[in-house]
Amino acid sequence: MDVLSWDGTISSREFRVAVRAFAERWKESNPDFPPWTWVPSAKRHPGLTSNQIDGYLTLERLCLTESTEKDIPFQEDSYEVTQVEKEETASFEEEDPADNATLVERHSFGVHYYDFHLVHSASYRVPVLFFRAYTTDGQPLVLDEIEKDLPASSAEILLESKWTFITQEDHPHLNRPWYKLHPCGTSEWMKLLFQSDTSMANKGVAIELYIVSWLSVVGQVFGLRIPSKLLNYRD
Amino acid sequence: MNKEARNFVWEGAIPLQIHLHESQVTTVPPPPPALILAPRLGYLPLLASQIKPHFSSTLPPVVDTIWFEYKGLPLKWYIPTGVLFDLLCAEPERPWNLTVHFRGYPGNVLTPCEGEDSIKWSLINSLKEAAYIINGNSKNVMNMSQADQVELWRSVVSGNLEVYARVSSKLKLGIVSDEYTANSNLSSARSGQFVDETDISGQDKAGRVPVRLYVWSVSEDIDDSEDAPPIDTWDKISYINQPVEIQEGKYFTLHDAVKSLLPEYFQGSFLIDEESTRVQGEDEQRDSSEEASSNKIAEDGVEILCEHTKSCQKSDNAEIKLVRIQGIEPKLEIPFSWVANNLMNPDYFLHICVCLKIPRLNTTCR
Repeated sequence: MDVLSWDGTISSREFRVAVRAFAERWKESNPDFPPWTWVPSAKRHPGLTSNQIDGYLTLERLCLTESTEKDIPFQEDSYEVTQVEKEETASFEEEDPADNATLVERHSFGVHYYDFHLVHSASYRVPVLFFRAYTTDGQPLVLDEIEKDLPASSAEILLESKWTFITQEDHPHLNRPWYKLHPCGTSEWMKLLFQSDTSMANKGVAIELYIVSWLSVVGQVFGLRIPSKLLNYRD
Repeated sequence: MNKEARNFVWEGAIPLQIHLHESQVTTVPPPPPALILAPRLGYLPLLASQIKPHFSSTLPPVVDTIWFEYKGLPLKWYIPTGVLFDLLCAEPERPWNLTVHFRGYPGNVLTPCEGEDSIKWSLINSLKEAAYIINGNSKNVMNMSQADQVELWRSVVSGNLEVYARVSSKLKLGIVSDEYTANSNLSSARSGQFVDETDISGQDKAGRVPVRLYVWSVSEDIDDSEDAPPIDTWDKISYINQPVEIQEGKYFTLHDAVKSLLPEYFQGSFLIDEESTRVQGEDEQRDSSEEASSNKIAEDGVEILCEHTKSCQKSDNAEIKLVRIQGIEPKLEIPFSWVANNLMNPDYFLHICVCLKIPRLNTTCR
């Protein structure tokens, strides 16, 4: 596909191809990470032949660990307080050294798990990220608590950027309120992303790279680092 | 746009009989239900200003977010009232008996609603989405002045079509042109009302139409809607938020439109390939090879299905039992562009309720 005339969007069929390619590469490149799984949509009535276009990509029970952002200084004081959590993966730490009182309070909630669902928007023709967070005993987290798990730079992104903001909406397949990262402007910055990378611009838009590129931007909100192996992958 | 049709749509209302949930009744005898005429194009929580005073003498001192329920099903506040009625009352119930709550907001089932602001935001957001679908960008909606936004919102709340038409025409959201309303457009254009963007020269032009489809199904054994089991969970409803693609020149009916959104139910009769309607420049080779392989899979599926069909007397296709829009059941042969232009909601979306008759799985054939 010619980068110059491309509008930055993908069809639902292209989305399906792109996420599957991404999930495969992810599995190959980081076998230690939880895998991304394609979930066919439960919306359609069972028993009838489905042409399987509808579905979404999931990554579940991910802990936002310290290792996702190496710049974070580890808090010595919190170590003693959180012996139990140390056994499991430690909660994501904030950049600013908060005072002990708040750290203790936060850690007493335990580990925070995140589920990420990549859904295709038929209206905007781009992927949209739905997510939710919960504690070890399944207690859902509210936005205030979630924002504490995000890197400090996200607060800036969320406030200043016109396109990156979080709302609560019904998950299009699961029918329950989930958090959603808004897709406004996705097609514009995806187009820019592909145009700015000369090797991509020369070879044309490879659909297989769409999701990796998209996630490398969107993942920043959560401090998710895409392993460089995936980004360097070229067909 | 047809003036008569628009007036009909904007004047539509549902008589409601609203009962306060017993857990919040503090007086004996319990208060009588509130009788309210709710605009079809409106949203239930907007009725709070009428409902609360009615129950004020009996409500406990501390109340929370208002929410409604029908036969145990919490109602999604962002779905227009008329759509909820068409969807949940297979046999229209007049008045429609709803239960209102002022406590215990079911946050695990309903997204939060912080009063009028949430609903206004939801409407503007849908408008943005509709604009993107129709024009390929949401600029016109995003650039709306604060004053216009307020005026648009107030016109929806009060059901004022004249104000709404004036403000919304600035958004330049012409849906597909259709020759069927061309004549009425000429006369209304002369009278200075309802300036719109339909092309008077008239064939169906290619484009995307914002549609929200709500589908539920009944087994083919059930003939009478009254025998159908009630919808007690939102899981029984497939909510499909997907634009309908209209191709240039072809005669495209409401039936075609509904089937295009539910291809898996109508195998063999209609397979929409959205790739064929893409206008942007593409890598033909990559696309056609991908298409070829997936078309082959589709074809194989259809072949296999047809073989089964031969041995299983009836077609395995689902049947459309009913299609309801704005409370009416339009003839399915009506041109879809007419339906889109005249029956859409203020959010520029066409909300369509569809009931499908699903064939029972015939185990002897498998």
